[in-house]
This record gives sequence, C-alpha cells and structure tokens, in this order.
Amino acid sequence: MTYVIAGSCIKDDSCIEVCPVDCIHPKPGAPDFETVEQLYIDPGECIDCDACVEACPIDAIFADFGLPDKYEYALEVNAEFFAEQSTAERTAA
Amino acid sequence: MAHTRPAVAIVGAGPAGAFAAACLLRSRGDAVIDLFERLPTPWGLLRGGVAPDHQEIKRLEDTFDRQTLRRGCRFLGNVDVGVDVSHSELMRHYTAVIYATGAQTDKSLGIPGEDLSGSWAATEFVAWYNGHPDYRGLEFDLSAERAVVIGNGNVAADLARMLTLSGRELERTDVADHALEALQDSRVEDVIVLGRRGPAQAAFTSAELRELGHLDGVDIRVDPDDVELDPVSRRWLTEEGGFTARKNVELLREFTARPVRPDARRRIQLRFLRSPVEIRGTDRVEAIDVRRNEIVRAHDGSLRARPVAEEVETIECGIVLRSVGYRAVKLRGVPFDERYFVLPNKRGRVLADDGEPIPGVYAVGWIKRGPTGILGTNKRDAEETVSCLVEDLRAGPLQQPPNAGREQIDALLAERQPNLVTVEGWRAIDAHELERGQRELRPRVKLASRDELLTTAQCAG
Repeated sequence: MTYVIAGSCIKDDSCIEVCPVDCIHPKPGAPDFETVEQLYIDPGECIDCDACVEACPIDAIFADFGLPDKYEYALEVNAEFFAEQSTAERTAA
Repeated sequence: MAHTRPAVAIVGAGPAGAFAAACLLRSRGDAVIDLFERLPTPWGLLRGGVAPDHQEIKRLEDTFDRQTLRRGCRFLGNVDVGVDVSHSELMRHYTAVIYATGAQTDKSLGIPGEDLSGSWAATEFVAWYNGHPDYRGLEFDLSAERAVVIGNGNVAADLARMLTLSGRELERTDVADHALEALQDSRVEDVIVLGRRGPAQAAFTSAELRELGHLDGVDIRVDPDDVELDPVSRRWLTEEGGFTARKNVELLREFTARPVRPDARRRIQLRFLRSPVEIRGTDRVEAIDVRRNEIVRAHDGSLRARPVAEEVETIECGIVLRSVGYRAVKLRGVPFDERYFVLPNKRGRVLADDGEPIPGVYAVGWIKRGPTGILGTNKRDAEETVSCLVEDLRAGPLQQPPNAGREQIDALLAERQPNLVTVEGWRAIDAHELERGQRELRPRVKLASRDELLTTAQCAG
C-alpha cells in the first residue's frame, strides 16, 4: 500500500519534517516547491509508517485503501507526479 | 539586571500571524507574544476566506490554537491598530512589532460600469458568505438567471461553487445564516467564469478545477474551441508548463466531451481568452461586454493576453463578481510601497525610506510578499521573518522598550478599547458557535454581527 495526499493539501510541510524515508516531494527549497499545488507521496518509496498522517494539520493524507470517493483520483495523480519527474530526470541526464 | 523576555506584538491574527507566533515560540520560548486582531475572532481568512464547503482546511485552526493561544500567546481581539492604538505606542510597549495584516481590499478592473449596483468585488461576496461582521449588511441580488465571475483562480472557483451548491449542501456548511437564506432563494442557474488568458494559463489548482466538474446536479460546460491551444501556449505547456497546468488542460478537455445533462439544476460555463470591457446597465448590472484575446509572449518572457478584435460580445447577467486579486491597504505609521502594495522589506525586516531596516519592525504574509501563495506558504514566510527577528534579538540592535510590562499595555488597551476580546472571550464565541452547530447538524453556526460577537465574548467575564 501507500499513503496518498489529497487535493485539500495546503503545503504546510509538517509531513515532510516527519517522513523517515524522504518520500514526500517537492521539499521546501526545491525549485518547484512554490509552484506545485500540493505535495505528493512517492508510492514506490512510501513505507506505510503513518507518521505523515499524524502530522498533517488538516487530515489531507489517507491510506490508499481508505481514500474517500471524492479523492479517488489522487492515487493516480500522486503516482503520475513521480512518473513525470523521473522522465524529466532521464531526459535531462 | 535579570534576563528580560522579549515582548512581541503581532498585528493580525490570520494564518501569517499565527504561523509567525508559533514559529517564534519554537525558536524563542521566552518570548511574550500578544496577537492583535481587528475582529473579535482570530484566524483571518481561515475563518473568513476559505469557502464554507471546504471544512477540512478549517481544521488548521486547531493547530493554530494549540501552537499559539494554548502556549501562552495572548489574543487581543477587536483592537484596530492604527486607530485604537498607534504604531508608535506599540513601539513603546514591545521589543518588536510584526505586521501580518494581509491584503484587505481588491484590485479593480478599471472598466466602465464597475461601480454599478450588482457589480461586486469577490472579497465582498466572500466576506459576506463567511460571516465577516463588517459585510453582513450587503445585499446581493441573486434574482437574475445568470451570474458572471471574472477571474480564473481558486477564489473564482469558490464563487462558482457557492453560487451553484444546493440549499441542502449549503446547510451542511458554516456559511453565514444571512447568506444561507439568500443563496437558498437564489434564482441563478447559469454561472459564467471568464478567464483573460487561456486554459493552459488558468490559475485554478487542478483539485479545484476537478471539483467544479463533480458538483451534484451541476453541469460543467467548456467550449471545445476554447481548449484548442494556440501555438504559443502549446509550446509553453510542453516546455515550461508545470504539472498543474498540464492536468488542468487535460481536465478541461475531458469537460468538453461531457454530454449536456438536461436534468442539471445549474450550469457552470468556463470561458477563456475573454476580457471584460464594460459592465452595462441603467441603474444596475444588466450585461457585460467581453472581447476576445490571444496569447502572446511578452518581452520579459511571460505569456500575456492581447485583444484580437474590436468587436465585443454582450453577455446578459444580473450580477458580476470580479476576482482579479487582492490588494493591501496602507497602514498608519509605517512605510508603504505604493507600487507593490506591501511594506517595503528585506526578508521581513521593514525598511525605512533610506532602505535601512527600522529596528524592531517586521512584516509577514501578504503584507510582506503580496497576495500570493496558499496557506502553507505563510509557514515558510513566517520562518524567514522570525529568523530575522531572532537574529536581531541575539545580535542586540533591538532596544528594550520603555513600557514593556504587560500591565502597562493592558492599561492603555483598557482606556482605548473597553470591548477588548481576550482569549476567554474568543473561547466563549467558539463554544457558542460550535454548540449551535451541533444542534443544527452543521460544523458551526457563526455569529455574524459585531454586537452578538461582543456580547457573547463578554459573557465570559
């Protein structure tokens, strides 16, 4: 499984501070941090530890199996964000 | 002399002020903080801006409360700094003053007819439906079939939703009672949202845009021609556009393919590359004239809208809401940058006319950086300002003020504002609103007049 950040994310970076495996991006200071509309969890890296869920002040993070219907799209969007990133990195390399 | 604790006044208890207070307490646990607020209630746009149907975001107030008021930071509500107490008076009582006053007014379109009755700033409509006590008396005429929203950002999306949600949906929110009643009686069926630039440049987050396409009983309409990208935008989207812009275009294309639902209660039409040129009507808004634009690349590399033709299209409507940006107002006693509508500052240190920092004066949030970014943006912004303050406290350019004792500021406030709302007063308001909410199966029922708010606060003693 993975955790997923839904669209109500306010980019409070509390989740990033507590993530033990640094799988939430972009990070403050990264070039795209201020332009992205929300933060995303890399499903390939997430270890399902729950720390971000506890830290999020607005409860915007859900387990993939517990996503409310209205946020169902978020699973794909989180994954897509990282897929695009890795394509961009490969192209740049 | 014993160690003196720095006394800090934060002016404005909105998200920027709250993040600044929390951050300061984390790095200087000995700071004595007073949070001044013009309204009897804290949390600024979290209470008065965030749309009533986005309750999940309002949970942030628990974090603000825990990190500020519950950690000894005082709330001094219903005090208008600049009117009840002056900047120089604050400087006599506090080691430092942080301005977090936000941007209280709106930009105008600068077109004829903007002052007609029925033409409103989004800020007014938002403050009204969110129960801001200074706006409860406004009367929005929702008797015509069509409303026009100008702007393509998340506030415009909020307006489109608020105008199309059903009475039953609104009833489950904390929308102000007077607005609930007016919106339940609304005859608006058609909401046209106009964007000056194209679909690729729309400032909606894709989450907000997606939401517009999933409202119960509301059709979303987008003309396929409007989503046909021009060569400039197409190239920009592949080469420079971000994840959100690509998602937005994808979503808009999906919307164009949706069949019209004849049973829809209401419709939202998103129209792009249209600029308003005149709002028309004899005594009140009857129509708006719009002109078509194209996207061109300006010398600075940005993508701008440029009118393509002189001919205009007239859209009949009964109300026009413009959501084209917020703007800060000048504060008394501190310098103001009339060009960018912010306090002139460097990393949050407010600068005098000679460009040198004024010792002890800081800015955070929209009054510092302009009205951009989302809630969490204020957290990093506050960290920057607070790190400057903490550095100045350590390095010593800040003077201990002559009247630093709390009893001295309290005596001044008692003289100037007998209806001061303290944290106990706010807790009484909060408890009252939540309790009424519980009875009516709503998240909260807001007290929307200053009198009710003050009376409820005073009952706390």
